[in-house]
Amino acid sequence: MDNNHQNPAGGSRRDFLKKSTAVAALASLTPALVKAGENDEKIAAYFEKVPLEIELNGKKLKLEVEPRVTLLDLLREHLGLTGTKKGCDHGQCGCCTVHVDGKRVNSCLSLAVMNHGKKITTIEGLADGDTLHPMQAAFLKHDGFQCGYCTPGQIMSAICCVREGHANTPQEIREYMSGNICRCGAYPNIIDAIVEAKNGGQVS
Amino acid sequence: MINFEYTRTFSAKAAIDALAKNKSAQFIAGGTNLVDLMKKGVMAPQRLIDINGLPLKDIKADATGITIGALVPNSTAAENAAIKTNYPLLAMAINAGASAQLRNMATVGGNMMQRTRCPYFYDTTMPCNKRNPGSGCGAKNGYNRMHAIFGTSESCIAVHPSDMCVAMAALNATVLVSGKKGNRKIVFTDFHRLPSTTPHIETNLQAGELITGVHIPKNNFNKSYYLKIRDRLSYAFALVSVAVGLEIKDEKVIKASLAMGGVAHKPWRLPAVEKFLVGKKITPEIIEQAAELGLQNAVTVEHNAYKVKLGKAAIKEAITKAIA
Repeated sequence: MDNNHQNPAGGSRRDFLKKSTAVAALASLTPALVKAGENDEKIAAYFEKVPLEIELNGKKLKLEVEPRVTLLDLLREHLGLTGTKKGCDHGQCGCCTVHVDGKRVNSCLSLAVMNHGKKITTIEGLADGDTLHPMQAAFLKHDGFQCGYCTPGQIMSAICCVREGHANTPQEIREYMSGNICRCGAYPNIIDAIVEAKNGGQVS
Repeated sequence: MINFEYTRTFSAKAAIDALAKNKSAQFIAGGTNLVDLMKKGVMAPQRLIDINGLPLKDIKADATGITIGALVPNSTAAENAAIKTNYPLLAMAINAGASAQLRNMATVGGNMMQRTRCPYFYDTTMPCNKRNPGSGCGAKNGYNRMHAIFGTSESCIAVHPSDMCVAMAALNATVLVSGKKGNRKIVFTDFHRLPSTTPHIETNLQAGELITGVHIPKNNFNKSYYLKIRDRLSYAFALVSVAVGLEIKDEKVIKASLAMGGVAHKPWRLPAVEKFLVGKKITPEIIEQAAELGLQNAVTVEHNAYKVKLGKAAIKEAITKAIA
């Protein structure tokens, strides 16, 4: 899954830097070069990929990622799951909401490597074949969107809002859905969809 | 984001040792603030030490009070039955902060360590004594409607952004800390510092120390409330907030504890108001006087004078709601 991010020449960047340093060191072991070698080691360590095992939408994956890759970028850029959207990329809009071990989180503020051993569910993992998740169906029925960009995050967040027991009144839904911004202003329909999905009793 | 080294740790000792080895290392727990700051280039640690594997996730109630592990997510603390029943002020304050998603990620220890949201701290093209000591304060003569009215200095007028910490201060909590030299406790109101001439040093944690938890002593507050005033109804930082805990018996105040958020570099206790309220029956006149006392030493800058009026109104509303 992660092939496009491997060094095209084969070996890791760390190996390459180590080898290049070794060649230089053989030629002349001056203190400056030894020092340079230490720096190379440090630089190499920065780009070292970290092993990461996750269960994504029910499928177990063994990956290697750079520490600076966020969970959102891992999903979208490395694994091709573009259903999860990047809105603000700073935890302010909720577009990137996914479930980690059943809880809603902002995937843009989570480093992928911090999710080792976790079960992750994205919008792609909700439907059962052609049968939509009840929350997806409710959003369609109530027209809970206009442009649709925030919708995957809204739906992922809404499922947890019901699951957590925070969807008892429209007022409570508004408060507990406040981490998901809709710039089209589809809020009334989003609330209607969540109320219906909650009352249907099938959101789990 | 500038790349960095990453280590997972599973014990307090391993985490503290790893931190001691690298001066540019940082612990990461929920990451909701640190990852954001790293994306913006405000912080650039050489190594991140992931402490999420540490066994600091329990909430334990005993005869002395309740101990909340540093890695307990904010949402878990706010939904905990013992906390909701015996420390409702804390649950209210936590639920007033951030969004449901962020509360699932953010930890109790991380909440305490979060940095100010002063826009001049976040904007790396602007001067900021907190981000770059000696560079000056962009906020002092800049756009400063969000800024502090208590305990400011020439160097910094930023506020601490937490809601949870305001409740912790009012509840007389103690921070539990572990380091190379062993364990120690820090009174919550001594944990965060005022900016003085060193706004970049925000807490009294020593180098290499790890927060392991927070202890809240038992109290007899039978009336409490957390009021947060912000620019929108939800999911925004406080303009001002007020935490109130009152022990009232036979209509008289036996004990009072009040703290404000959004007004200082740390949760701001109101000892003069507390002293004033003790022994009194709460009437509209007493509430009025309490509010005046609470804001009497406020010092404002160009755009935040409204916080004095708003702060008084917030104290009145919070006490009124608490006793309702």
